[in-house]
Amino acid sequence: MTWRVRIADSAGAAAGLLVLAFALAWVGYKAFGAGFGVNGGVPDWIRVTLSGLTLAGLYFVIASGFTLIFGLMRVVNMAHGSLYLLGAYAAFEFQQHQFVSWGWGVVLSTLLVGFFGAVMHQLFLRWNQGQELRQALITIALAFIFGDQMLAYFGGAQHYVRPPDALEGNADLGIFCNTGGIFAGCLTFPWFRFVAIGAAVVVALGLVVVLKKTRFGMIVRGGVDDGAMVSALGVNIQAANALAFFIGSALAGLGGALAGVFLVIAPGEDADFLLKALVVVIVGGMGSLGGAALGALALGMIETWAPQYLPGAWSNYSILLTFLLLVFVLSVRPFGLFGRAT
Amino acid sequence: MTVAWINRGLAAAILVFLVLVPPLHVLSEFNLSQVGTRSLWLGIAAASVVFLAANGGMVSLGQAAIYGVAGFTYADLVVKVGWGHWPAIFAGMGTAIAFGLAVGLVARRTTGIYFLMLTLAVGVIVYYFYLQVEQVSGQTGLHLDRAPALVGGDTISHPTRLYYAALILSALVYVFIRYLVRTPFGIALQGIRDDPVRMASLGYNVELHRAVAFAVGAAIASIAGILSVFFNLQISPSSIDINQTIIVLAIAVVGGLTRLEGAWIAALLYSLLFEYTQPWAAHLPGVLQRPLGSERYPTWLGLLFLLVVLASPGGLMGLWHSGLEWVERRFAPRGGGAAQVGESA
Repeated sequence: MTWRVRIADSAGAAAGLLVLAFALAWVGYKAFGAGFGVNGGVPDWIRVTLSGLTLAGLYFVIASGFTLIFGLMRVVNMAHGSLYLLGAYAAFEFQQHQFVSWGWGVVLSTLLVGFFGAVMHQLFLRWNQGQELRQALITIALAFIFGDQMLAYFGGAQHYVRPPDALEGNADLGIFCNTGGIFAGCLTFPWFRFVAIGAAVVVALGLVVVLKKTRFGMIVRGGVDDGAMVSALGVNIQAANALAFFIGSALAGLGGALAGVFLVIAPGEDADFLLKALVVVIVGGMGSLGGAALGALALGMIETWAPQYLPGAWSNYSILLTFLLLVFVLSVRPFGLFGRAT
Repeated sequence: MTVAWINRGLAAAILVFLVLVPPLHVLSEFNLSQVGTRSLWLGIAAASVVFLAANGGMVSLGQAAIYGVAGFTYADLVVKVGWGHWPAIFAGMGTAIAFGLAVGLVARRTTGIYFLMLTLAVGVIVYYFYLQVEQVSGQTGLHLDRAPALVGGDTISHPTRLYYAALILSALVYVFIRYLVRTPFGIALQGIRDDPVRMASLGYNVELHRAVAFAVGAAIASIAGILSVFFNLQISPSSIDINQTIIVLAIAVVGGLTRLEGAWIAALLYSLLFEYTQPWAAHLPGVLQRPLGSERYPTWLGLLFLLVVLASPGGLMGLWHSGLEWVERRFAPRGGGAAQVGESA
């Protein structure tokens, strides 16, 4: 607005970059400072970084659904975290009652949550399209109800989904092997977490193909720029909206069904994952798929590196780094890294 | 004209009733405290939401976090540092206002749903901060032996003084907001709400106004935070979790985001739901016990919230006012109301 604000923003950007550079240097020093041997920091660094990538992948799957819905319809779906948790509970229940195999359980949970989201859209959001704040409030009310109903039906206990036999246990990476002693063996990492990373890559590629190569993707890209014009050209925008809501919700459900294996399923996780989705898209920019990927990567890395590499007495404060991430990004780019003013 | 007088008469009657409730013994001490005092402090919290929404166009989900900062700082200074109550209270409010100003500065260029999302993110981060950092709270939170003598010391056994304190503070907050929106600052804020570009070209510092307004909202919310610690004699992360965050917003929306008095009326409705869902819902038939039974007051609150945003975006107060206007039109004298006769028939 004025030159003073610009200077403040440049100072904010510079401070942010400095902190980022310092943080990376610190992690690098902790990881590689003691050499590259078995007893150095490298094995831990690899393990922690892979964990971070797992989380980042999961966050991307969930946030990409959130950002797809927002991009096309300007609907901030505050019930997205509830859809995530519903997907996790659904996968758990399918497994518990042994209806289907694990893989089909994930597929069915994903479709179920997608259908649930599409119905929610048709009932509560279709007829008030364009009233952004009202729609956000409606989804907040729905999230509140869903959270309480899930507590009523699934209880307060913590649940997990068992991975299929083939994916149980750890992958032997065959590097950094200790010989002898009780710690004999090589660096390992849980098999299933590779599935989560792979799922994120598949989702990302799938979304890019759908958005760039299909007619539906063309409608979505057009709708992001000018929904009224797309509609005026004779495109059935209602059908496209419904499909987008189905896909966006299904992605939340997929995230939940996968996360149930390595994260806890419990009341309150809906709020937690709504926060993750919000942070990812606020940082990356609402409606941007690339932004969601970058935001997810930043959040996943902060959440795993911070507790590992912050000095012991400070590790409780790692949540503040998420806040700092928001502050720095917003002070430089009010609409997120890849966001556009609307 | 008549409508304005109906409202004024009603407001005066309600105020007299509120002042006379304790000496008349029409309510049990339990109701006075659990319904009365709870409604008053939650009303103040919701009033800070309404103030920001109605005048700044900023719908905030961060007010619970801000009153949490006030409450936690107060309780920390008393319990862990050993300060006296009053310095701790003012330090708590000061911290909350400073935090509000900081959030306001971060969010100074975000509006509409972006603002809603950002304040929600801030709110949840504050919750996790108090949950994780054992030095300031941790999961169990902080417990106070007693509140200051001025509000009755042991407020749980002797709730009357705290009730009056909350009533007086509610009245002060109401009058203060009513005054503030008439000052040049308040009017500039409303101008910024309606047309920020025009206000900027008139020379107003739009972003600074937004940030300061958010700090004022934080000051109001911090009063609610201190009162909540007096009321519960404890504060824990669950006092500011996402449910509480949504409850504060829901109260403001159910009351009506543009009607200040609606904040307290909806807070009263919330307190009644909170206290009386359990005995009442226990009579529901067996099939409905699981989805809507005695443990499910959040669902009832959510349904009320949902119904209001679906049916009446102006909230209950909006409904009340449009009802009164309808009555006025319907029974208007022939001369004045002639134009509307055809419309209402």
